[in-house]
Amino acid sequence: MAELPPKIKILKGAEPDLSAATYQIHDESHTVGNALRWMLMKNPKVEFCGYSVPHPSEPHINVRIQMYDNLSSLQALLTALNDLDDLCVTIEDEYKKSLRTDQYERWDEKS
Amino acid sequence: MATSSRHASSSKLPESVYNPRRHVGVHAEWVSDVSSTDYPGHYPNEDHSWNLEKFKKNLQVKVQRLSQRSIEFDLVGVDASIANAFRRILIAEVPTIAIEHVYVWNNTSVIHDEVLAQRLGLIPFNIDPALVEYRTPTGFNAQPNDRNTLVFRLAVTCERVKNTKKDVKPSEQYINEYVKSGDLVWVPQGEQESVFASNPPAPTNKEIVLAKLRPGQEIDMELHAIKGVGKEHAKWSPVATASYRLHPLIILNPEKPIPPHLAKKFASCFSPGVVTIDKDGEVTIDERNMRKDSVSREVLRHKEFEGSVQLRRIRDWFIFNVESEGPYAPERLFLESIKVMRDKIATIKAAAEGLMASADAEPNLANADGDVEMGEA
Repeated sequence: MAELPPKIKILKGAEPDLSAATYQIHDESHTVGNALRWMLMKNPKVEFCGYSVPHPSEPHINVRIQMYDNLSSLQALLTALNDLDDLCVTIEDEYKKSLRTDQYERWDEKS
Repeated sequence: MATSSRHASSSKLPESVYNPRRHVGVHAEWVSDVSSTDYPGHYPNEDHSWNLEKFKKNLQVKVQRLSQRSIEFDLVGVDASIANAFRRILIAEVPTIAIEHVYVWNNTSVIHDEVLAQRLGLIPFNIDPALVEYRTPTGFNAQPNDRNTLVFRLAVTCERVKNTKKDVKPSEQYINEYVKSGDLVWVPQGEQESVFASNPPAPTNKEIVLAKLRPGQEIDMELHAIKGVGKEHAKWSPVATASYRLHPLIILNPEKPIPPHLAKKFASCFSPGVVTIDKDGEVTIDERNMRKDSVSREVLRHKEFEGSVQLRRIRDWFIFNVESEGPYAPERLFLESIKVMRDKIATIKAAAEGLMASADAEPNLANADGDVEMGEA
């Protein structure tokens, strides 16, 4: 069996201090790519962030992050992941609350 | 959730809905202002950086309709990238169980083995995927076992009913004229008898016709069902549909009201219930029924209504519609998609932390690839 590729790889062309880098995330698609791009762009210390799916039949995405003030893009990536997780928890709680307490129409659907 | 209950009892939408920054324009032949602008640096002197407290205050999730098979709910205050992530996960990454391996002992029916196997794969089952493990390329789950495989038997033979006349309808002439999903027989393996005791594995619909037989024809096969996700094959998708649309918004121009003699024609340009006409023929929009509009843009085709109305959609108000097909109750599906999303985030986070640790140990990490110039010593 071929060895599994690493989940994240830093592609060539990165700054030595990682103030600008492209991360190749394996086995991910637009689902995570676009959400992560959005959360990274919410960070005022991020100068540029974009993602691409290099080829539709290759299961990975490239996420490019460039920082202001020579800050670490890897740190920004970690912050974005944490924030994205908080966002998921918030939506989950709110959805559960609505399901529990809100008045909504219940109807009978024949299968 | 004081705000949402207030909205539910009122016939009005919240005032913030009319903030033009939240609007996508809908015109006769194009849409405008599609991209969101709530990023730091987009508007001078405004703070749009990520703020969990602000997000919590702004977020609204409200279930609207629920049946045994489908759910409609509103997700308000998130970006399209987030809503789309959940939609994509619902379709392609929430796991279910489906038949993957078919061992044909005998098939003398007119339907070919491979065609029948394809049809069998598409049968939705009532099996809770949490109770089943994935098959893996290596390790313990590389081989089929009672933790990762469910076995079904399909053995049907068609016979003629003895002593019937030739002119009665086929159902009275033949036994087992149709092979249906209800003919699948679950064969418990190992510990499965007790694990699945409360809800024995079976197709969710027993009336799916899989093949048609005539006397003397026989199907005898063993079916192995495994856990998978929709991105590998659509048979593992847990939903019939999972989609969202943006909340419609219709804005009348008070400077150019609809003349009473055109009120009926104006109302017929929208979905029923959206436009109300009072006894003087004056036209108003029912704010609570605005969500029912199909935004057909019919009103934009008529010269006499030009300048009287603007069609828009609210960029961060997603009306989700999810139809379950398979083991999950419709209200559970969205929670499952959140779980999958959080799992993905956790996996990437662990990998990023690993990178961080190795970058700390070896500062010139990027140099390992040999194409980044050394910094000045």
